[in-house]
Amino acid sequence: MNIRLIKDKLAGSTMLILTLASVLLAILVGWGLYYKSLPLLEENSVWDLLSSSVWKPSKGEFGFFAFIMGTLWVTGIAIVIALPLCLLCAIFISEYAHPRLRKIVVPVVDLLSGIPPVVFGVWGVLFVVPLIEDYIAPVFVDYPMGYSVLAGGIVLGVMIFPLIISLLLEVFSAVPKEMRDASLSMGATQWQTVKFVLLRKSKPGIIVSVVLAVSRAFGETIAVLMVCGSVIMVPGSVFDPGYPLPALIANNYGEMLSAPEYESALLFAAFLLFVIIFLFNAISRIVLGRIKRKIE
Amino acid sequence: MTFETPHISVQNLNLYYGANHALKNINIDIPNKKVTSFIGPSGCGKTTLLKTFNRLHDSSLEVRVEGKVLLDGENIYDKNAEVTSIRKKMGLLSQRPFPLPMSIYDNIAYGPRIHGERDRHKLDEIVERHLKDVALWPEVKDRLKSPASRLSIGQQQRLCLARGLAVNPEIILGDEPTSALDPKSTQKIEELFIELKEKYTIVLVTHILRQARRVSDYVAYIYNGEIIEFAPTEELLLNPKQKLTQEYVKGFVS
Repeated sequence: MNIRLIKDKLAGSTMLILTLASVLLAILVGWGLYYKSLPLLEENSVWDLLSSSVWKPSKGEFGFFAFIMGTLWVTGIAIVIALPLCLLCAIFISEYAHPRLRKIVVPVVDLLSGIPPVVFGVWGVLFVVPLIEDYIAPVFVDYPMGYSVLAGGIVLGVMIFPLIISLLLEVFSAVPKEMRDASLSMGATQWQTVKFVLLRKSKPGIIVSVVLAVSRAFGETIAVLMVCGSVIMVPGSVFDPGYPLPALIANNYGEMLSAPEYESALLFAAFLLFVIIFLFNAISRIVLGRIKRKIE
Repeated sequence: MTFETPHISVQNLNLYYGANHALKNINIDIPNKKVTSFIGPSGCGKTTLLKTFNRLHDSSLEVRVEGKVLLDGENIYDKNAEVTSIRKKMGLLSQRPFPLPMSIYDNIAYGPRIHGERDRHKLDEIVERHLKDVALWPEVKDRLKSPASRLSIGQQQRLCLARGLAVNPEIILGDEPTSALDPKSTQKIEELFIELKEKYTIVLVTHILRQARRVSDYVAYIYNGEIIEFAPTEELLLNPKQKLTQEYVKGFVS
């Protein structure tokens, strides 16, 4: 056989093996976490673990509901804050800004993503927490506390800003200029063109951006841990403290009591995170497929 | 060449793309309800000139325009000119069809809607009339709600033409509108242009000399950002006066 063809075959199979390996890695991580949480699962039903919010490791009681809700609250708040702001910001950069301004703004936004999470955490403690405690929360509740899921959500929201913006810019740049021109040439204003053409055409891309941002936000640990209070309770409002799953793992793994069940419980928390992100991605893929078919 | 009441009159127009002087002192009158074609080699500035007519360069901030483009005697580059109402007077047909990301119906209704038309019956009527104008109605009347992107490329181009007509323009700007189409669809578009010139002023950018001859009344030869020659079609294609034009149309078999 020709050496050229052998090389071709070799390249193809090498890449196949590498791809399989990375898929296998994901499966192995999932399976490993599941395996490690088996001791806990053998003693308790999954439903009890998920629905109970009693967490007393010394007594062997492990309820994850509060942690799950903490994660969902913080992530939800982060997206609600970040998405509209990022959309407007990305629309401005891509549609309205002068190219010279764009050249300055985009690298600065990218720079934000290079700031270590712990710095965001410190910013949260020094700025966001007092802001909520002294100015925002007193308007709504009697015993204001700065350390809350709102603080976690704000810090997390700011952290995913650069990611969402750069994803959205990518999405918008995929919309052909001629499509905008078609709308403009019929006498549409720039805003009408953004609203009816750009955002419509970008809808699937916007969803993908949000999914990626949420997946990233679910797992964000240190910055959120520093500001959201780490009180084991189901948050009832944005001003309540919370205790997200990643914080649970980070705070306790390594210092666990010698109870093997405790370690198993923490790894079950990791497994939960894994499953939540997996389900979230799967569901959004289905939604995405529907929307794509509808607008094309 | 001058006309008594030109629809568009370009006066001393210069366009700079950054440091590049892309259009040099253009003076041309576009006659009313005729087809005028711009021909010339790629990159000569014919599309750039076309786009100055509806100020599509506005969104490219590196572009600087000097001089006047008079539309019915009014300078569209005047400080007080309102760009959306200028654009509404012209339908644009680009090189490849770009249907908007919505249904066939919504594509046609888009223009009337952005200008405030809400009446369902009127919209229905507008959509039907303009799809008939471009001979697309029989092909799509049963699937008006399906995405425009599912049409063939030739159908899409006719849809884009109908979409442009739906805002009641006076002028149709065609930027090599058949360059992505097969011969049959090309023929249809050309026939439409010949029909439409009864009601509209048409400006066409094309690199196909035979197309220019088939559809246009007047032809301008543009080279390197300058109008070299502007004359009635047959005259320019068969008996060009300028040496540069002669070189370009050389070998053009009638």
